[in-house]
Amino acid sequence: MSKIIACIDGSLYSGSVCDHAAWAARLLCTEVELLHVLGRRQTSSVPADLSGNLAANNQQALLNELAEHDERHAKLAQQRGRLILDEAKARLEAAGVAEVTTRLRNGDLLDSLREVEGEARLVVIGKRGEAADFAKLHLGSNLERVARAVTRPLLVAARAFKPIRRFLIAFDGGPSASKAVELVAASPLLRGLDCRLLAVGAGDPEQRRRLEAAAEQLRAAGFAVEAEVLPGAPEEVIAERVEAEAIDLLLMGAYGHSRIRSLVIGSTTTAMVRSCKIPVLMFR
Amino acid sequence: MFLSRLRAEWLGNPKAELLAGLVVALALIPEAIAFSIIAGVDPKVGLYASFSIAVITAIAGGRPGMISAATAAMAILMIDLVRDHGLEYLLAATVLTGVLQVAAGYLRLGRVMRFVSRSVMTGFVNALAILIFLAQVPELVDVGWETYAMVAGGLAIIYLLPRVTRAIPSPLVCIVVLTGLALALGLELRTVGDMGELPSTLPVFLIPDIPLTLETLLIILPYSATLAMVGLLESLMTASIVDGLTDTQSDKNRECKGQGVANIATGFLGGMAGCAMIGQSVINVKSGGRARLSSFAAGVFLMFLLVVLGDWVSRIPMAALVAVMIMVAIGTFSWTSLSDLRHHPKSSSIVMLSTVAVVVLTHDLAQGVLVGVLLSGIFFAWKVAQIFRVESRAEDEGRARRYLVSGQVFFASAEAFKAAFDFKEALERVTIDVGRAHIWDISGVAALDEVILKFRREGAEVEIVGLNEASTTIVDKLAVHDKPGALERLMGH
Repeated sequence: MSKIIACIDGSLYSGSVCDHAAWAARLLCTEVELLHVLGRRQTSSVPADLSGNLAANNQQALLNELAEHDERHAKLAQQRGRLILDEAKARLEAAGVAEVTTRLRNGDLLDSLREVEGEARLVVIGKRGEAADFAKLHLGSNLERVARAVTRPLLVAARAFKPIRRFLIAFDGGPSASKAVELVAASPLLRGLDCRLLAVGAGDPEQRRRLEAAAEQLRAAGFAVEAEVLPGAPEEVIAERVEAEAIDLLLMGAYGHSRIRSLVIGSTTTAMVRSCKIPVLMFR
Repeated sequence: MFLSRLRAEWLGNPKAELLAGLVVALALIPEAIAFSIIAGVDPKVGLYASFSIAVITAIAGGRPGMISAATAAMAILMIDLVRDHGLEYLLAATVLTGVLQVAAGYLRLGRVMRFVSRSVMTGFVNALAILIFLAQVPELVDVGWETYAMVAGGLAIIYLLPRVTRAIPSPLVCIVVLTGLALALGLELRTVGDMGELPSTLPVFLIPDIPLTLETLLIILPYSATLAMVGLLESLMTASIVDGLTDTQSDKNRECKGQGVANIATGFLGGMAGCAMIGQSVINVKSGGRARLSSFAAGVFLMFLLVVLGDWVSRIPMAALVAVMIMVAIGTFSWTSLSDLRHHPKSSSIVMLSTVAVVVLTHDLAQGVLVGVLLSGIFFAWKVAQIFRVESRAEDEGRARRYLVSGQVFFASAEAFKAAFDFKEALERVTIDVGRAHIWDISGVAALDEVILKFRREGAEVEIVGLNEASTTIVDKLAVHDKPGALERLMGH
């Protein structure tokens, strides 16, 4: 029933998405569904006719012309999509995942994800996609939309997969961070790995109490936990700890703030995903 | 997500959108002038209307990439109002039209569109094309040979130039060349300036100068109701054409409200009522316009061109406009519908031709559509009434008979239903099995009652079988869609 959904687009990150999905599938013992979405058609590339005149049966002729044009593009995109999916499937099977299904859809990635999300245990997506500009460290155009919309845990794959030994939970005390702790304690995914629990702030007693409770919960589940509270700006402190302690996976709550607020001050989640070069697992 | 959708809806490919908007604006100027002349008002009324409707529907409409402005369909409906009561009443009627359209949007009347069949739509556009052409006739009678030569030359430019280049709008070249020619040769031709005042400034807000009485309302209401209906019909039809061309969906109820808001504002800016334009929308898509920006730009460019080029616009000879309008008429007419006449079912052809005939005779698109919708309904009922059969077999050595009724029993088949029984046969018992029939309405029930009564008068005992299943269809809302298996049960019994 529950499976891992891996979103691939044929970019550099697709291979890494497959590897991350394979890692999770082995540990969770689930099947993987590979999802490739053929985006909205770019109808604007149609040869424009600026003659501005209306010939007899213009509408019919125009409709046929546009349909033919779209058909050619759609066929190419479909073939490419199949190739991408086949390649990804072969890679997953080579990595030892027994059950791999593929799904090729038209339209918007979010709409397609919403359709299948109900059966998903985990969604995997690349940090950047086809259209992203690496030089500017911009995130993929779909990532933030997906992260805001998806209700399941979302694993954001880094550029290449590295074996995961040590993970860090960015603990802000909010409901999604508590949920992250709860899920980690219950899930076989990270069992037996080194766990760091990090809260950023002044370290008032309330914050310490919550952090300690979370650490206790994880210890009860058999994790070796080190919990600490550090002062500073969250994105800088977390990035620094990730670097210093050679963390392989970052866990955090996704997008605690409203859209308007993050438009003005920027969102911690986006900043974290951008500045850390490791995969990020987000919870809502 | 909201922002990126808004961006896609508005900007599309900004360069292509702006270019398409410019092409549309250039095509709108002659049309808006011509439609004002059809309605009997100054050209500035149609031009202000085209500006404000194009800009407002770009923002408030439900179909990005669709062009709305002053239209022929609407202009034809206001002729009498303008002639009998004047411009101020037209402006008030325009505002009221908008109010009715907004109400229609909130009442979700866009759904009523599904009763307008394809044949009625074809009839609508064909009638519209004929009316646009007929409106040009007065410009072509009692004029010198110069006018005919100009119109012929104009048409030649419009249709031949695209074979050479598709980078500049050929109707615009037609207008520029003919205007230049008329001025250079000093031809004594009627010009746009002779037809009334052109706009020299941006439109200003003003309240129509009419008495706010019940009497006024009764004068404008019939016009507004017709304008609202025809406007929505053409707008929704155009929206579905653009949906088809661009392979995208649009919000039809938002379109109704958008058209309404545009008309309300336009009335207060001194413009005439308008709606979506099939031809211009096709031109827009053809020129690369897909998003709201193209429609918005068309409106703004239109106003800009007029304020800057006002003097030159007034010197355009009417002959050039006539040539453009003939092109619009030819482009609007559905020529395939003529060849379709041969192989389409007769009932569809009759619906299409009746719609055209009624519109051309009454000059009222609303009446034509009404007749077309009624006829399609009647033809449909007539066809369905044929799905009906009564079989019977004698039982008990001819003392009893069992009738098996299957098919649709309703007003159109009630007579056939009654005629299917043989009352002359002397029977002791009659069983009527209606389990495989659908009784759709009160006429069907009455027919069954009558049959029972007649058999009883002849001395037979009557038993009805399967009435419960047959009468499930008599309620107005069948509610089959929300119960799994309900449709199969309904069809199967």
